[in-house]
Amino acid sequence: MNDMTAPDFTLATPQTEPFVRVEDLRVKFVSRDATVRAVNGISFDLERGKVLCVIGESGSGKSVMMRSLLRLHPKNRTVIEGTMRVGDHDIAGVSDRAMIDLRGSLISMVFQEPMTALDPLYTVGDQIAETVRRHEGVSKEAAWARALELLDLVRVPSPERRLKAYPHELSGGLRQRVVIAMALSCRPSLLLADEPTTALDASVQIQILVLLRKIQREMGMSMIFVTHDLGVAAQIADQVAVMYAGRIIEYGEARDVLLSPQHPYTQAMLASTAKDQDRDVPLEAIAGNPPDLRALPDGCSFAPRCKYAGPDCTLTMPPPITDAWGHMARCFKVGIGPAGKLRFDAKIAEPV
Amino acid sequence: MALPVSSPQATASDPRDRGGPAQPLLIVEAMRKYFPIRAGLLNRQVAEVKAVDDVSFFVIKGETLGIVGESGCGKSTLARLLMHLIPKDQGQLVLDGDLVGEARGVLLNDLRRSLQMVFQDSSSSLNPRLPIEQSIAYGPKVQGASGKSAKAQARALMEKVGLNPNLFGQRYPHELSGGQKQRVNIARALALDPRLLILDEAVSALDKSVEAQVLNLLADLKRQLNLTYIFISHDLHVVRYISDRVLVMYLGQVVEIGPVEAIYDDPKHPYTQALLACRLSMDPEARVDAAPLAGDPPSPVSPPSGCRFHTRCPFVEEVCKAKAPALGDVLKLDPGQHLAACHMVHPGSGHSRAAASAALH
Repeated sequence: MNDMTAPDFTLATPQTEPFVRVEDLRVKFVSRDATVRAVNGISFDLERGKVLCVIGESGSGKSVMMRSLLRLHPKNRTVIEGTMRVGDHDIAGVSDRAMIDLRGSLISMVFQEPMTALDPLYTVGDQIAETVRRHEGVSKEAAWARALELLDLVRVPSPERRLKAYPHELSGGLRQRVVIAMALSCRPSLLLADEPTTALDASVQIQILVLLRKIQREMGMSMIFVTHDLGVAAQIADQVAVMYAGRIIEYGEARDVLLSPQHPYTQAMLASTAKDQDRDVPLEAIAGNPPDLRALPDGCSFAPRCKYAGPDCTLTMPPPITDAWGHMARCFKVGIGPAGKLRFDAKIAEPV
Repeated sequence: MALPVSSPQATASDPRDRGGPAQPLLIVEAMRKYFPIRAGLLNRQVAEVKAVDDVSFFVIKGETLGIVGESGCGKSTLARLLMHLIPKDQGQLVLDGDLVGEARGVLLNDLRRSLQMVFQDSSSSLNPRLPIEQSIAYGPKVQGASGKSAKAQARALMEKVGLNPNLFGQRYPHELSGGQKQRVNIARALALDPRLLILDEAVSALDKSVEAQVLNLLADLKRQLNLTYIFISHDLHVVRYISDRVLVMYLGQVVEIGPVEAIYDDPKHPYTQALLACRLSMDPEARVDAAPLAGDPPSPVSPPSGCRFHTRCPFVEEVCKAKAPALGDVLKLDPGQHLAACHMVHPGSGHSRAAASAALH
């Protein structure tokens, strides 16, 4: 589409200009046996300083999408199509060498499992300082001083002592703080967080969420946060995108998507949680399993499990329908309701 | 041997019942496990991790007892102690009126038949080199069933947990999704016709939609097979949904126990209150600004003096640091009763928030 993203040399980009623009992103993994279509046409914009939460089950393509933004997929087996712009960089187009510089400085990532994201053989200080030295070329002393500042920023108690600690000496919550400190070390403009709180206790999860939100606001970072927990999304998201089988099937302001979901999948997902459910009533589980990404159905990928699906839902993928508030859903049975708001109505017939 | 699948029920007429309907299915008395930490040239014991420290409770027939707590509070160690997967240091286990592992009591082998466990990680708890039908049939074979009957039983169980035996029987674990693997684990645990199932974070690793399927399956099986569950989880929403009674653990000790409504509607212990406050709301307008619980639990190697929660408790007073609050006699408890190990609920404890008779001291 139009190339709106003018090069921004300063941070004074107008707020309306999307900082991240992903258009029709498709990711395929090709092997001799099969082609796995993990991401099938994703488009979204993200403004500077905003948080987008991507919700989806395992295999919905949310992590693949994130890794594509950092170009972490093996080149020889991955086909990536579509455009990804972050700031004035065309992520799909830059050279491998330039990409190395962008990783960590422009875009940075926090992974789910802090124990595997850290090197067990080096102290925490070494690992943070390494990133700082690589990108900012400062002396070892300066890098360690910065590492100390960073541990302080992510509220690690007694940071001087922890700098010399090895990952195994820290608790899960502290390790995740260290991983966040590493990700923040070069002041990235975009932070990708791939289920950073899933492996943690509920009590520690809140601590990390509060911390991430505070740092994100103070640093004015944009953030893409992947989670399968709707409660986590409610805590941190400005916008929410719900993914299913490699597509965004619902998108909008966090309030709209979480409190008045319109796509049958989002509705079913919210209804199936055990939260506040009557104890004697069985949960409304979604029958079946997500589709096999090696053989995706032609039509709506949720149709085989959808209780409202008509015969024509399996023929073509429904186009996105968006209301004036930016709430989007891809379902034939979603229309614009009386107040101009997006509304699901089982009576709407799918096109023949 | 009768297939567990064919056993119809009604709590009173379970042929396996020995002690009578009012006899708790399992009584755990003063269970203790300290793991030694060895160090130095001579590998001497320098300290110990007090993983489970004098835990007592009972499980009544047909109930679901939820166990909650942060990681490291000893809930999984407790499950392993009950299963005798690790030796206990101290304590007693009474299964339906019979002492376990003592003279004239229940033999360990029989205990293992009555007590089965489903583990959190559904893939690492299945043998990757056995087709799932054989995985399920393995237990009955070890316990003496013929290959043929064990196989028939495995197939019946697969049907029961919602897996088509013709389709899935010959598959290997890596060919199944997480939810399907957890169904296999449940079938395997049921293969010995157990009475008590210990579910250690059995749904934690599953996606939400699959989690709902497995929770519904567990509820169905419980009804059909007359089962009793110990459900260990850190997901407080799930525990509320599935449990009849809830036990809250902190640093190897029970801090609160009671019926699920009492615990969730009127938590007495500040730790339980904080833990419940950690549940996330679905409303983006109702965001938490400060974490209800700061920091991590202290190390179980040298737990704090007095009340173990005093280092993180907002109501801490001198008495909390000096004296450990008692939970009360859990084993003489009426199942509907609600107990908390906190000085604030014990009149006369010396805490300023305790009931009026506190003035006595």
